[in-house]
Amino acid sequence: MENYEIVVIGGGPAGLAAAISAKKSGMRKVLILERDRELGGILNQCIHNGFGLHTFKEELTGPEYAERFIRMAQEAEVEYRLNTMVMDISGDKKITALNKEEGLLEIQAEAVILAMGCRERSRGALNIPGYRPAGIFSAGTAQRLVNMEGYLPGREVVILGSGDIGLIMARRMTLEGANVKVVAELMPYSGGLKRNIVQCLDDFGIPLKLSHTVVDIKGKERVEGVTLAQVDEKGKPIPGTEEEYRCDTLLLSVGLIPENELSREMGVKLNPVTSGPQVSESLETSVDGVFACGNVLHVHDLVDFVSEEAEAAGRHAAEYIKAKREDRREPEAGSAQEQIPLETGEGVRYTVPSFVRPEYMEDSLKVRFRVGKVYRNCYVNVRFDEEQVIHKKRLYAAPGEMEELTLKKEQLAEFPQLKKITISMEEA
Amino acid sequence: MEKRYLTCIGCPMGCALTVNLSGQEVVSVEGNTCKKGKIYGEQEVISPVRTVTTTVAVEGGKLPAVSVKTRADIPKEKIFDCVRALKGIRISAPVRMGQTILFNVAETGVDIIATKTVDAR
Repeated sequence: MENYEIVVIGGGPAGLAAAISAKKSGMRKVLILERDRELGGILNQCIHNGFGLHTFKEELTGPEYAERFIRMAQEAEVEYRLNTMVMDISGDKKITALNKEEGLLEIQAEAVILAMGCRERSRGALNIPGYRPAGIFSAGTAQRLVNMEGYLPGREVVILGSGDIGLIMARRMTLEGANVKVVAELMPYSGGLKRNIVQCLDDFGIPLKLSHTVVDIKGKERVEGVTLAQVDEKGKPIPGTEEEYRCDTLLLSVGLIPENELSREMGVKLNPVTSGPQVSESLETSVDGVFACGNVLHVHDLVDFVSEEAEAAGRHAAEYIKAKREDRREPEAGSAQEQIPLETGEGVRYTVPSFVRPEYMEDSLKVRFRVGKVYRNCYVNVRFDEEQVIHKKRLYAAPGEMEELTLKKEQLAEFPQLKKITISMEEA
Repeated sequence: MEKRYLTCIGCPMGCALTVNLSGQEVVSVEGNTCKKGKIYGEQEVISPVRTVTTTVAVEGGKLPAVSVKTRADIPKEKIFDCVRALKGIRISAPVRMGQTILFNVAETGVDIIATKTVDAR
């Protein structure tokens, strides 16, 4: 059995930033376990630019952003093992992992940081009728094939879903010589960033059909075509609006789901809206000493915010260990009253964290959330019990763009009997 | 005065810009929330530019390909020329991040650089 202070599960942007931050917070033995052949996670296949505007104040590609963090991790002497798959984490933070060189590994950690990222929603989750021919890929799989393995998955392409990966792949496949015929989006608005609609679709004359979905896939061995139809406000296809597209490839960019098999098995409580763990202000899950950050916690739009969140997770995990050593950490008794839930009011789908314990709160706390629909000229409201404490104007808010607000510790101190904090949206 | 409506691509905010033109002259840019938006608006209506990112095959490397980008923006109409110029290029490992892969791609005056380190096998 090996012993580490902190073991980080996953060596993508979240895991790297969390491990570096834990080291900087005074931890000596920090280990990253990564199942892929290299560190950097999904950034390695995101070869487009647009990363790092917040973190580095310049525009980098995904691999460049990753490499900077990998160098920082090496400088900070973070240990890591590649090609290593974590099979199980027990409630007392014993990790079972496998790799080819060492076989079965057992590692005891004082704290664990979950940074496994997310996974793409698959065709199976969409209930599209038709045969199961070759040529249907998730957009991220196609991205890996094109950008890392050097294969072009097809030549005549239809893309379902206008999330950022779908938009980026529309451009990428076009540059590689494929003919991208259309991007169809079920919702009446795009799930991707506006800049990606401009530079990935408009630049190449690729049409975006909002309120459209795939109702049939043609072809038995290989995709031969798809049928698109317009949908009504309930998402049901409208008869008579069908259009046929001949194509050999269908890419699906229909959402990401945090990858929480390990968390679930170890008994971490999940939030049904995010499919990620419910966490405290310290990003600690319902299992003592187990923290979460990045896309395993909730799906982010920008890696910069993943890095920021992961840095906090690394710091909190280090603080947890230090407090435990110094015997500062309060026992569980009475903690129930000290947890102030963050509740979602009108128009807010979820918040991270799920609750706040004022005694563990730093001077300020970033709360991240998503709205349920597109808002123009709206307000973000925060109520402490019934009293409104924040009323902030926003020009634009959409489900595809994560929102954030800051709670101040001094503000909470003025409400010693606080029972709940409610975040809601209001149209102006 | 002619008005052009654009979405700024300077950052993920995606501000809605209105560029007021008099002939080939930009009179003003509205709707931007930072300096970048003004620069983008002015540039986009006169001569739009983009950063191009793609991959180049690697020989003898731990990975089969290396990601690359134009060191600076190039004219939008040169995007395909740029990608075509990189077809068939093979670079020997090791490749360092920031290393020049191709000088003056498609006569744009801009070099192609590696955006990743690929060690030799």
